[in-house]
Amino acid sequence: MTDVSAADSGGLVRFVSRRTRLLGMPALFVACILATALIHPDFGSFDVQSLALGALPLAMAAAAQTIVVISGGIDLSVGSLIAVSNVLAASLMQHASFGASLGIAVLILILGAAQGAINGLTVAISRIPDVVVTLTTGFIWGGVALLILERPGGGAPAAFLNIAAGADVSAWLPNALIVMIVVIAAIWLPIKLSRIGLLLYASGSDPVAAFRSGVDIRVARTLAYTFGGIACAAGGLALTMTTGIGAPLAGTYYTLSSVAAAVIGGVSLAGGRGGMVGPVIAALLLTLIPMDLVFLGIDPNYGQVIQGTLIVVVVMIGGFVTFMQERK
Amino acid sequence: MAAEQDSILDIRGVAKRFDSVVALRSADLKVRAGEVHALMGANGAGKSTLVKIITGVFPADSGDILIGGERKVFRSPAEARQAGIVSVYQDPAIVPDLTVAQNMRLARVGLDAVRTAMRSLGVERVDLSRAAREIDFATLRLIDLSRALASNPRILLLDEITAALPIDLAERVFAVVRDWRKRGASIIFISHRMAEVAALCDRATVLRDGVTVGVTATQGAEEKIVNMMLGTEVAKAAVSGAARAKQTASAAAPALEVRDLACGHGLRGVSFAVRPGEVLGVAALEGQGQEELFDCIAGVRRPDAGEIAADGKPLRFRHPADAVRAGLVLVPANRLQALLPQRPIRENVALPIFGRLKNWGPIAMKDERRRVEEAVRRLQIDTRASSELKRLSGGNQQKVAIARWLAAGFRVLLCFDPTRGIDVGTKRQIYSLLREVAQQGASVLLFTSELPEIRLACDRAIVLFGGRISGEMPADDADEARLLRAAHGLIAADAEATA
Repeated sequence: MTDVSAADSGGLVRFVSRRTRLLGMPALFVACILATALIHPDFGSFDVQSLALGALPLAMAAAAQTIVVISGGIDLSVGSLIAVSNVLAASLMQHASFGASLGIAVLILILGAAQGAINGLTVAISRIPDVVVTLTTGFIWGGVALLILERPGGGAPAAFLNIAAGADVSAWLPNALIVMIVVIAAIWLPIKLSRIGLLLYASGSDPVAAFRSGVDIRVARTLAYTFGGIACAAGGLALTMTTGIGAPLAGTYYTLSSVAAAVIGGVSLAGGRGGMVGPVIAALLLTLIPMDLVFLGIDPNYGQVIQGTLIVVVVMIGGFVTFMQERK
Repeated sequence: MAAEQDSILDIRGVAKRFDSVVALRSADLKVRAGEVHALMGANGAGKSTLVKIITGVFPADSGDILIGGERKVFRSPAEARQAGIVSVYQDPAIVPDLTVAQNMRLARVGLDAVRTAMRSLGVERVDLSRAAREIDFATLRLIDLSRALASNPRILLLDEITAALPIDLAERVFAVVRDWRKRGASIIFISHRMAEVAALCDRATVLRDGVTVGVTATQGAEEKIVNMMLGTEVAKAAVSGAARAKQTASAAAPALEVRDLACGHGLRGVSFAVRPGEVLGVAALEGQGQEELFDCIAGVRRPDAGEIAADGKPLRFRHPADAVRAGLVLVPANRLQALLPQRPIRENVALPIFGRLKNWGPIAMKDERRRVEEAVRRLQIDTRASSELKRLSGGNQQKVAIARWLAAGFRVLLCFDPTRGIDVGTKRQIYSLLREVAQQGASVLLFTSELPEIRLACDRAIVLFGGRISGEMPADDADEARLLRAAHGLIAADAEATA
């Protein structure tokens, strides 16, 4: 009988410890929101709206990076892919109707899938390391973005910009947050709920074992980069939506921030581990922290130092939790 | 010929090379329907390579594979599986971050069939929703086998499946193999344990240096198979009883003494001493505390209670480096835990030399080369593929894992199952090396999962059961029957009953 109860408590411990990160990220986020409210007593629904709006492109970038990293790769072209779709949207939509702009958005998503597929196929077939392939395609697409739009400009119909603006449901549930959740769920759930997810986690966790289990690693990797490309295109559209213009260099910020969001969100850079909730919340955190620093009146140059330090601390805490779990 | 028509699998002249290393020159293998066929050979003879070619892990450079008389080339294990040819590879093909159930779905295997197979192997109590990485190695192997069985194979290839299994689990595998033979499946069985090959297999094909050198019925052919594996140089048992160091009760302090050592659930209070110049064997079934014992002595884990002393001095380790400094060095079960797979032999062997501060500063290249070359020569390491350790065969990797300590120096060598998955010839080299090391005054603590090794390599043996010592005997008395009784806790029970 003692055997059974031991197994039960083991199951409970396992349930909680397995979900430490999943529970930890929202807890950390709530703590940061409370801290913000302390720093800035006026913190209200308007700030929540601007937080969600500001985090929208980064959340998409984090989603793209997460998909690729889980499958065992890393995508250093995220920023450039976002830039291409951003400037393309801003230049094509400038004089378009709302309906036409939605059509353009769909085309851009398809282009993003194609860009991702190119990354994935190159990595899968040539066996050149991911870092090298995506760094170089990142250079190429960065150049293409400059060819499309040399300097910040362009625009989009007001109706398109308004999709993410304001808060129609409730003042505390901004439209930008709804867009974020809906779009990322639309990309992630088909992966997570189908065999594709299994392929991605398997090839990221142990490609040799996955191959011997019957997985075609090349297919898995190509799929991961393709979905990543779609998420990047969505990120570029979100950037157009939230800024109203196209900026060929604005994307560069997102490459490293997307990696940071994935890592903070509990995705292992070694592949095969992590989920989507963590990185999305991490994207919100990475947007909230600079806001807090502004509220505190800290020199933005210090802000970057503080933000970098916070990333390291959060990742260390995550690493410590994993370490403690594995010691057991 | 009738025999040829009978063979369901017919391999002719298969060759494969990796860069400069020839893995297979010309391998032939004919397997009949409904037979258990042993594939034998020394390490690096090409057995695993052949298994991987048959199941489509990589293509052959030349040669033919005929299945049921038809020429076949599989481009992936998935294709081979569809044709009813399934392998359990030497290292489990189970993805660690997925649950067991997800692993089964990944391979498109039905869960009901898996459960049936798991029941036949006695592991039906494993929770399928657990992540594979939380499951111990031996159980994982049986799950891997269950998955293979669940896809209803015509030809099943088992590459050293019993190497990491304790005897009780290995017996279950044998029972299942016999059952599948009865159903008409063919099983290709790779193992270095001659006894199980003789008991289980109908015929054996022997490979040497990538060439098939013979086929024989296994009944009573053990000596013949060994001779075929080793070629002309017939190795005699390296250690005779006379060569053992007959120690008189020495007044010198024991080289290593352990008192009431306890650690976690596995190790519950173990005391013993190893004299200088002694090889002490440790025998146990799977998971009786031997991992914890070796990890504690090597400073990998911290014990919960008890004392470790070397030369009479009590020691406390915060880090494996402390143990190494005290002269206690570990050759771990998983050799890749100790080695740098992408670096050359030379760096691997030289690494521990630089673990000590006094050796920092510019590297004395001449001294390093001398020490490395001496260690490599003493162990007869095959240096053809010396530029990257991972390209060596398992046996040669194991030799490097030992050579690094020979080059660095030590007082007590802790060897955890050093001959797991290693061929007879290399095994004998390792026994005589351990003996040589002991004769020069060092001590050896040797855990082995192969019980006959205790008599071959040790002076004295202790047996662990349930985290405690359940038996101690001189090696001359340590026959398999006695060791097994102690390993199942039977001798201790007798002793208590008489006490």
